[in-house]
Formats: sequence, C-alpha cells, structure tokens
Amino acid sequence: MTIKTDNPAVDPFAAAMGVVDIKGRSPWEDAWHRLLKNRAAVYSAFIMVVMLLLVIFGPMLISWESDFTDWDNTSSPPSFSTGHWFGTDAVGRDILVRTLEGGRISLMVGLVATIVSLVIGVSYGAIAGYFGGAADRIMMRIVDIIYALPFMFFVIMLMVVFGRNILLIFAAIGAINWLDMARIVRGQTLSLKNTEFVEAARACGVSDWDIIRRHITPNLLGVVIVYVTLTIPQVILAESFLSFLGLGVQEPMSSWGALVSDGAQDMESAPWTLIVPSVFLTVTLYCFNYIGDGLRDALDPKDRV
Amino acid sequence: MIRDTGMARHVIRRLLSLLPTLFMLITVAFFLMRAAPGGPFDSEKLLPPEIEANLEAKYHMDESLLQQYFRYLSQIAVLDFGPSIQYKDWTVNELIGQAMPVSLTIGLSAMVLAFLFGTLFGITAALRQNTRTDYILMGVGMLGISIPNFVIAPILILLLAVYAGWLPAGGWDWSIASMVLPVVTLSLPVTAYIARLTRGSMIEVMHSNFIRSARAKGLPESVVIRRHALRPALAPVISFLGPATAGMISGSVIIERIFSIPGLGSYFVQGALNRDYSLVMGIVIFYGVLIIVLNFLVDLIYAWLNPRVRYDDKN
Repeated sequence: MTIKTDNPAVDPFAAAMGVVDIKGRSPWEDAWHRLLKNRAAVYSAFIMVVMLLLVIFGPMLISWESDFTDWDNTSSPPSFSTGHWFGTDAVGRDILVRTLEGGRISLMVGLVATIVSLVIGVSYGAIAGYFGGAADRIMMRIVDIIYALPFMFFVIMLMVVFGRNILLIFAAIGAINWLDMARIVRGQTLSLKNTEFVEAARACGVSDWDIIRRHITPNLLGVVIVYVTLTIPQVILAESFLSFLGLGVQEPMSSWGALVSDGAQDMESAPWTLIVPSVFLTVTLYCFNYIGDGLRDALDPKDRV
Repeated sequence: MIRDTGMARHVIRRLLSLLPTLFMLITVAFFLMRAAPGGPFDSEKLLPPEIEANLEAKYHMDESLLQQYFRYLSQIAVLDFGPSIQYKDWTVNELIGQAMPVSLTIGLSAMVLAFLFGTLFGITAALRQNTRTDYILMGVGMLGISIPNFVIAPILILLLAVYAGWLPAGGWDWSIASMVLPVVTLSLPVTAYIARLTRGSMIEVMHSNFIRSARAKGLPESVVIRRHALRPALAPVISFLGPATAGMISGSVIIERIFSIPGLGSYFVQGALNRDYSLVMGIVIFYGVLIIVLNFLVDLIYAWLNPRVRYDDKN
C-alpha cells in the first residue's frame, strides 16, 4: 500500500502507520534545504544560539555581580587587569554582566510579548477567516481601525497611567504586534478552508472549533513561524524604545534599551558604556531579521518559482 | 468615464471609513488618560480642599466622566483642545502650533530623504541582482533596519559632534547644521526599509511579461526601466509610506529627546510624565489625525497607480 502524502500534516500519520515513504521530500524538507543554502540565515542562527547561551549562562560564569559597585574602578575602560573586560559604568558596575543580564530581560520580553501577539493574532485571524461573511468583515474592520492608531503613543500612555510593570510591558507590546499576524493568518485560512481535507473533516461531522484547532492551525505553521521570527526583533526594539525613554523596566532590573540610554548619558567620558550594549542589541536584531528573511524565502510558496 | 466613477466611489468609501477610526482614537485617548491613578493637581504640597475643588471646577473635572467626555468631543469638533494643565498660560493649540513646524520639518525632510535614497538604492540593487553591489547594499540595508534610532543617534553625535566637532550635538535653531543629524538619523531605518521593498518589487516586475514584451519591441533598457518598470515597482513603496509615517512619528519622540529639540515629541513625553491630560490628548489626536489623513492620501495614490484596487471595492 502506498500513500502519497503531499500534505505535511499527514506525514506523521503515515509514519506512525509504518508506511514506507518512497523517496519523496515533504514541503518541510524542501524548505529546510532552502534554508540551509541561505548562508546569512545559517550564520545568524549560529550567532543567536551563541548569544542565547551567553545571556543565559554568562552571568553565572563572571565573578562580578551585576549590582556590585567597584569603587576602585568607576568608569574604567575595558581592560584585563581590572577584571572588567568591557569596562565599568559611572558607579563601577561591570558592563559585561549588566549587558548579559539586560539581555535576559530583552530576550524574555521579545519571547513573551511575541507569544502574546501570536496567540491573539492566530486565533483572531483563524476565526475571522474560517467563519467569513459578516463576522470576518467586522473583525477585519476592527483590525483596520486599530491599525491606523498611533500605537506607540498609547503604549507610552499605558506605561504612564498604570506604572511600569514588566507584565504590562509584555501585554502592551504584545497587543500592538498581533495585527499583522491576524491579517496574514486570516488570508491563509481563507484559502485553506476550501481544501479537500477540511471538507472531508466537515463531512465527518467534526465541529468548527475542532477543524480550526486540528486542521487549520497546524497548516498555518509555515507563515506563523516566519512572522514570529520577524516579530521578535520588533518587540525587542519596542521594549528598548520604552526603556530608552525611561518608561520600560525599572532599576535594579535592566534591559538593553535602558543600558543604551544610560550609556548615551556618559558617552563622552565612557563611550564603552554605550557601545557594548548597543552592539549586543544590534547584533541580536540583525540576526533575527536575517533568520526571519531566510525562513520567509524558504517557507513562502510565492517565491518558489 | 467608468474609470472616474470607480475612483470617486473609492474616495467616498475610504472617507466614510475614516470616521470610526477617528472616533476610536479620541475615545481611547480620553478614557485611557482618565483611568490614570493620581491627577494633574497631585503635588508634594497638599492643596486646601476648596482650592482643589476650584481648580477641578475650572477644568470641569468635577463633572461625571461621561459629561467630560461629551464636553471634550464638542470642543474637539471646533478644534479646541483646551488649556494646558502644566504650562499654565498656554492653550494646547498654542503649544501644538509652536512645536508643529519643528516636528513637521524634521519628519518631512526625513521622509523625502528616505524615499529618494531608498528607491535609488533599491533599484540599483535590483538591477544588479546577486552581484557584489546588491549584497553590499542589502547588507547595509539590513543594518539600517536593525540598528535602532536611539543607538545610531548617540554614536553619530559621538563621532561627528563630540570627536570631529563638525556638527552641533543638539539643539534647534533652524540652521541646516542643526538639522543634519536629527533628520539623517530619523530617515535611516526608513531608507533601509524602502530600499529592501523597492528591490523586491523591482525584481518581481522585471520578470513580468509586459517587461519582456517591452524588451522584445527593441526598446533600450533605460526606457524599459523608466517607462514601464518604475510605476508598478513603486506601488508597494507608496503603500508603505503610510506605516512609515507612523513609524517616523514615534521615532521622532526619541530623536527630539536625544537632540533636545522642542518638537511635539518632547511635549508629549513631558506631558505624559506630568499627567497634562489636555496636552497629551491633543498631541495624540493631532498625530492620529495626521496618520489617518496620510494613510488616506497614500491609499488614493495607490488606487491611482494600481486600478485593480478600485474594482476590488465592489465585492
């Protein structure tokens, strides 16, 4: 018995049933090969892994505490002899440790806020696209309206009004970034809902919710992955933006944006306090953008010509 | 004739669709600001209750929230944003009127710069696709997208103002020298984004059938590019100008702060921190309307460039 599987969602079933695949490549494998050919994306992914390891384990390996003030070495330039490889700030705190710990916050905000926007965007878009008709029109009108609002200003107002709470930062930034996701997911759902396998599910009496959950959502994975990688840098940027204005995370917590802001104030006397966190932040954004780009080229069927 | 009614219908439809957005903008801004714990008259010095009551009466804060809301709506209808709470002798209109020329000058020049250089670099990269020029331009472009405004600005100040001393590090006196750094910084990310966008769409257009026909007719390549490829290739760039404006406006908040420029962004942050309700709402609404109107214009230009949009309306 041979089962021809054009659909990635069926592959696991075929495998579980012990069906031997006769030398065919799934769309996922194709995408994987395309991705590996994109050198910029591969290097970026590698750098990001290193960055993650550094941010997670780095602070444990460095003997300085991030809030330790070394009064003998305030505003000292990068040097091996003082033990502060990347220098210290005006009150003698080690820049490297602070940058790595700030990175934890920045990356965490990036991840959590992206998940927030992912959950809202995918469910909103999938529901609008699947049900169509009046529901779709109203839901997409709402997206259009929200889209035209100056969102960063509302986030700033939120921060001012409700105080600077890290959970609020997650929610507020997540809440601005779901619009793109919702639009893309809706478009994709519209084209999916008329496919045979959805019709088959409907014919079997599967409920609408289960069709969205079990059949539509898994097939949205490709576009969603691409947009997640492109959303993460936007979110990190948004958080740094707020922190730079002094409206993001609060002391003693720090993030890359807050560190860049501190560094910008001392840049004439101690340029390293500006440059170190700036480099970490920029490298991260750069890599995420390249990975996102590579994934889009690999997964977007439009460019497969 | 058919073409014209299509366009007119499109204009009317889009105009009507602006109203709910506008309404939502004002409503959200109003209730968000009023939800704030603490008010504009909280200060270290405790005011006697009767003075506070007088103050609240003066700004109509003793009325119910709904009354205040409708009062505000009727004020805005005649474009009166009320008095500023923080800057005692100023109305919000005066403050906005004073800061607006500065912000608009920066924003507009940055936009023009970004559009010119963005499309130029994008087209160059597209026509030399997969050559070294292309890779370098796009690598630099990606850097432009990835480096935040607030990183590039201090670094440029450090290099060009502090070390080299060529340009002032901040301030605003309407001289070209004081404009260079803020405008360039503000335009960099947008330039980079437009360059990438242009490259993508230009490549797509250059592979389309009508370009092949144009070449088959024996037209020189430069004519093919200018007369046939440019207009469709720029369509996505035009539609990006709406979101780009919004991005630039929020970017200018940072830029104005870094370069100590007395523009709307500075007033906004100051006002937000001091709970100057009327000023903050005035600026949000002003910017909101600006974005909405620009989006509308961009839509019209897009529909003019790409007739398919107008006929999609009918479904």
